[in-house]
Amino acid sequence: MKRLPVLALLLWVCAVYFVGIYLFVGGFLLVRLEVNRTSSCGDVLEPGEEPGDFCRSPPRFSRLVLLIVDALKIDFARFDPGNTAPRPYENKLPVLGETVTSRPLQSRLYPFRADPPTTTMQRIKGFTTGSLPTFVDVGNNFASSAILEDNLIHQLGQVGKRVVFMGDDTWENLFPKKFYRSLPFPSFNVKDLHTVDNGILQHLYSTMVGKDWDVLVAHFLGVDHCGHRFGPDHPAMADKLTQMNGVISSVIDRLENDTLLVVMGDHGMTDTGDHGGESQKETDAAIFLYSPSPIFPGSPSQTEPDVVPQTDLVPTLALLLGIPIPYSSVGQVLLPLFPPHGQKGAAGGISQLEALWINAKQVNRFLDTYSSMARDIPPESLRQLRAHFSRLSSEYLAAVRDGRSPSAKLNSSLQLYLTSVRDTCRATWARFNHVKMAAGLAILALACLMCFVLSELSQALIREGGVGPKAPVLVALMSAAAAAAAQLLARGSVEAAWCLAAGALGSELLFLWRARRLNTPTASKNGGKAPKAAGWLTPRQLLAAPLLVWLLRCAALLSDCYVIGEGRVVTFLLFSLAIYVPVRLNWDGLLLPPSHDPLKSAGLLPAPAVPAATVRKEGHTLLACLGLLVGSLYLSLSFHACREEQGSCQPSPFLSPLSRLQSSQLKNLHYVLSVASLGMWAFLLRRCLCHYGNLNSSGGTVFAARWILPLLSVCLGLHWAVSATPDDSFRNLSELIGLAHVALPRAAFCLLALGLALIWLDPLTVFVKARAAASARSLTLPPPRYRASTGISPQAELHHLIPQIYQRMRRCLDDDAGGGGEPGGGGEADNRPAVEAYGLGTVYSAPTLLFCGLLGLGLLLLHPEGMALSFLLLLLEMGSLLHIHASSTLPITHAFPFCSWSGGFAVPWTPVVLWSLAAAQFFHATGHLPTFPSIQWSAAFVGFPDGHTGTILPASLVTLNTFASHILFAVGCPLLLFWPLVREVRGGRAGRACGEEGEDAVMEMRLRENPQQFSAALLQLSTRYLFINGAQVFASVCAAAILRRHLMVWKVFAPKLMFEASGFLVSSVFLLIGVTLVLRVDVAVSSWFKRLVPDASR
Amino acid sequence: MWDHEIKAMASTHAIIASSVFMATVLPAVLVPGFSVYGAHLLWLYSVSGAVTVVSVAVFWLLGITPPTKKHTLGYKLSRVVRSCLYFFLSCLFFHTVVVLYGAPLIESALETFSLSVLLTSLTTLRCLCVLGPNVQAWIRVFSRHGAMSVWDTCLQITVACTLVGAWLGAFPIPLDWDRPWQVWPVSCSLGAMIGYLTGLVAAPAWIHYHRKQLTYKCK
Ligand SMILES: [Zn+2]
Ligand SMILES: [Zn+2]
Repeated sequence: MKRLPVLALLLWVCAVYFVGIYLFVGGFLLVRLEVNRTSSCGDVLEPGEEPGDFCRSPPRFSRLVLLIVDALKIDFARFDPGNTAPRPYENKLPVLGETVTSRPLQSRLYPFRADPPTTTMQRIKGFTTGSLPTFVDVGNNFASSAILEDNLIHQLGQVGKRVVFMGDDTWENLFPKKFYRSLPFPSFNVKDLHTVDNGILQHLYSTMVGKDWDVLVAHFLGVDHCGHRFGPDHPAMADKLTQMNGVISSVIDRLENDTLLVVMGDHGMTDTGDHGGESQKETDAAIFLYSPSPIFPGSPSQTEPDVVPQTDLVPTLALLLGIPIPYSSVGQVLLPLFPPHGQKGAAGGISQLEALWINAKQVNRFLDTYSSMARDIPPESLRQLRAHFSRLSSEYLAAVRDGRSPSAKLNSSLQLYLTSVRDTCRATWARFNHVKMAAGLAILALACLMCFVLSELSQALIREGGVGPKAPVLVALMSAAAAAAAQLLARGSVEAAWCLAAGALGSELLFLWRARRLNTPTASKNGGKAPKAAGWLTPRQLLAAPLLVWLLRCAALLSDCYVIGEGRVVTFLLFSLAIYVPVRLNWDGLLLPPSHDPLKSAGLLPAPAVPAATVRKEGHTLLACLGLLVGSLYLSLSFHACREEQGSCQPSPFLSPLSRLQSSQLKNLHYVLSVASLGMWAFLLRRCLCHYGNLNSSGGTVFAARWILPLLSVCLGLHWAVSATPDDSFRNLSELIGLAHVALPRAAFCLLALGLALIWLDPLTVFVKARAAASARSLTLPPPRYRASTGISPQAELHHLIPQIYQRMRRCLDDDAGGGGEPGGGGEADNRPAVEAYGLGTVYSAPTLLFCGLLGLGLLLLHPEGMALSFLLLLLEMGSLLHIHASSTLPITHAFPFCSWSGGFAVPWTPVVLWSLAAAQFFHATGHLPTFPSIQWSAAFVGFPDGHTGTILPASLVTLNTFASHILFAVGCPLLLFWPLVREVRGGRAGRACGEEGEDAVMEMRLRENPQQFSAALLQLSTRYLFINGAQVFASVCAAAILRRHLMVWKVFAPKLMFEASGFLVSSVFLLIGVTLVLRVDVAVSSWFKRLVPDASR
Repeated sequence: MWDHEIKAMASTHAIIASSVFMATVLPAVLVPGFSVYGAHLLWLYSVSGAVTVVSVAVFWLLGITPPTKKHTLGYKLSRVVRSCLYFFLSCLFFHTVVVLYGAPLIESALETFSLSVLLTSLTTLRCLCVLGPNVQAWIRVFSRHGAMSVWDTCLQITVACTLVGAWLGAFPIPLDWDRPWQVWPVSCSLGAMIGYLTGLVAAPAWIHYHRKQLTYKCK
């Protein structure tokens, strides 16, 4: 068979998918490193180089009231007296406009521009750290959302200011235990307009009157929720804004002279009330500054900024309140709030130039730290910025040393420096790269199309051999080089992503073009097959049930509700498709044909190819397996975990590790259940192998099945027992227990590695027993039973020899009544020499099955103990899916006998879709969810209770834990090809229908007899599986791209995209491993035959 | 001869559809505060009852039901008893299937059972009327060559439409629109009902359109 082309094609398809995913994710998920250093009062930021306590000088303001009105757009805050017919959201906050006009020395209103992503959490992070948070801030631990970067709240706490917080409970998650007092209210329910606001109003005024606070933060959510629910253009918005107007004016009335009031929105909203993206409607919020005492030098003038970037709030507030600017801030002080150089205000504080200098020094320090940690800021602009700063610094220091008043130019060039730093950072972190996203989408879409074409044309491709991997690779390299050259010419630097994109696109287009050509000649060559070959995109075929279910599955990824309820959705679809199988079979009259059919006896219908009794038996098997499948589906629902969005949901009790259970009775029960299912897992595997006679030989695989599988299970059971023991129960054995904690899992890992390696090295499970004296010579002796028995060439004799071996082997199996456990039980009783080969019929599937089973035990080790039940269900479901697939194809292949296997061993869509749905379903049924907090970090500490030194090992352990079901189903995917052959009806008529006297090869030996068909079918199966999974990735990529403004994008769609993409990565890698294992077995089988029949041509 | 049967079928379906209509309107007039969502179970049972009574009466009058072999009273009685038994078993069957599809097991068992009663009266009852209490025949009817008369084809279409309607009815349930018809089992039973009505219309139309291709072996 053609091994290399199959593997090369699959590798290439996977590579193209990976490039598409990489490009899209690179454009969509902005990544930034967190700098975990904090500023302190001792920092040398003052003009002179002498150290001093920066916090001791009296600040401009000692107290601050920060009112955050979520989604307070600048349009809401403006007041236009000339507008006679205001819309519901216009002119509803007159207090802001009136204050600004009546008291210009005390107040200002600016547009307040947020940086994307404009979601509340990222924005709170942004205007407290002064940085530009992205979706993935590396360094942030996913398990909790607490801000670890230096921030205002932390700095306020450092200098002993009492921060009182009330409102949106997001703050409480971001700053746990940082507040002097906090009154959080639930923010999750978007439909609830009033809980948070009314909660704040109950406490706001009384707190303000009291004296036990220095900074008061109140975050109102009503406006934002009103936007999400009704949109801005709705009377409810008018009510909400009017309420806010009242709040602001009452707060102004209660302010004292030493207090600064800031009223601001965290982001705006679109006309539909959503936010998250980067359009101006979403980014432009409002900021209103007010103090009872004059702060501004005069009425608003030309020099004032048009727009205040959100990052600027942090340094401004820090310097006004007399605290150090947080370390990672890239903002710039808001100059109008500071007195010009030389005319210090009565209330003290620092001048504009001093503020700018402190600010610039802090920003420069951050830039130095960041660029030493990460490489994502372009070195060219970094060098320019550094040069700019050193120039400024020498100029400023010279001016201070000489005591002369620095020029006004210095002021503006400091400002220019700060602005350019911020712009550089923003270009690096805070912009979706639309071109990259589009390129990723295009490559993914083409990859899906290519995969589909490949799966439909696999027969022709393998037959014609027109798919040397050379041409696509060559084209890919050429287009990559062209892209690199173009970039060099245009920009002077090369970005690897674009070269990859060009390579992937080039090879995809080449393939599609050649596939088109390949398709037309086959169609024209034999006219009979033309419509079949050309018509693989007819609407009728697209509307078939499996593809419909798969389309529904992809469409479900576009709705947040369905993503949240994905576990149930997938189970529902899987169940529907499973029920469809027998219904469809019944529709074709192949499920339970009546024992005496009046139609058939009357000769009205063609006589069936298989006796009705056989079909009935298959039908009953199918129904029994369907029952098993449905049962395990239903039971698996009880192993689900809960997302926070699912209100009334109880996580499965099996998800918590045994050591956390309180009641010892329950603990024992759980333990017994887990160990029983573990034993069942091992027993079922062994039973299956034994049934097909694979346990007779003495090879490596058999050794793995006989010894390593049980040993591994024992290890697991002991490990669970040890880890469930409470620490204080066996004091004198504590050392031993500690040792067992480490040794048992590591022993299990070693056993697993040993078992997998043995399977890989010696995958054959065939036991040959010759009963006569000589084996190799006597094999040629038996009188051949084919027709032309005389004068035949040795070549032809050899050709018929191998079928004879199968025949004998099968007869032995038959005599053994499927037992196969006792070698030598069967055989022919006459004096003819005979050979018995046990397990030849399942030579391909046995190693795959065992590989899967061992891997499953290894993955189970990484899960909580209770998941053993779920894993057992997984095995049962896998088995019943395989049986359903086999039982539903057998009657069809027998009803339409094909002598030359024109249909090959093609696996239809239905089982492949079922298989991939099952993988998604068990992802949920093993307690996983597509969210970051639900990742089971404890998996990294199995066998390593004291932690790790590197990051690769724990990361791979967690990955293995998270995608356990993807891995098992991907490795087991080739079983779909083998199972119908394994379970083929004994005494089937496929051979006889062809008019041959001699028996054909049986079971999986058919694959060996038709190497081309085998390669084609394997390629087709793998590409179909890849297509289904890849299209799911494509759907979730589309969801993320289309819905990047959606309220739930960072909570639902982006995590889902990352899980789907990594799941695809893991599945494709393990699918390749599974396919390679099959090819490895094929190599072994070939060499085995060579040894058996030394001069066999094949 | 075909036209005659199609006409009979169309009028039968018209009668059944109008009974559904009456079963919706009458309680609205008689019971204060009735609405399809608000008093859903009442609507459900009234519709199921109406469909059951009218179907049985119409099919009995038309004489579609396969003729009994024996005419003894005891045999007829046993057929009626078996039909009732099958009706009940079918309710249980649908209940199980719906629970397996993901309906809550304990919380709203009454609602789930009511839905299965509705499904039974829309599908199984018709099988009982057309084919008699004979599960073998039911299985046979749902195959490509299984239909032996126009009524069998019509049965295939209505049952398929009803079940597909109920299946589609489950789709809006997880959405967060907070509409009254998203409450379990309103959307499913409405879906089943809409599917059934569609089937009532579609079956005669489809048969009329395809009457040239339809051939039945024997009857
Ligand atoms: Zn917000
Ligand atoms: Zn919002």
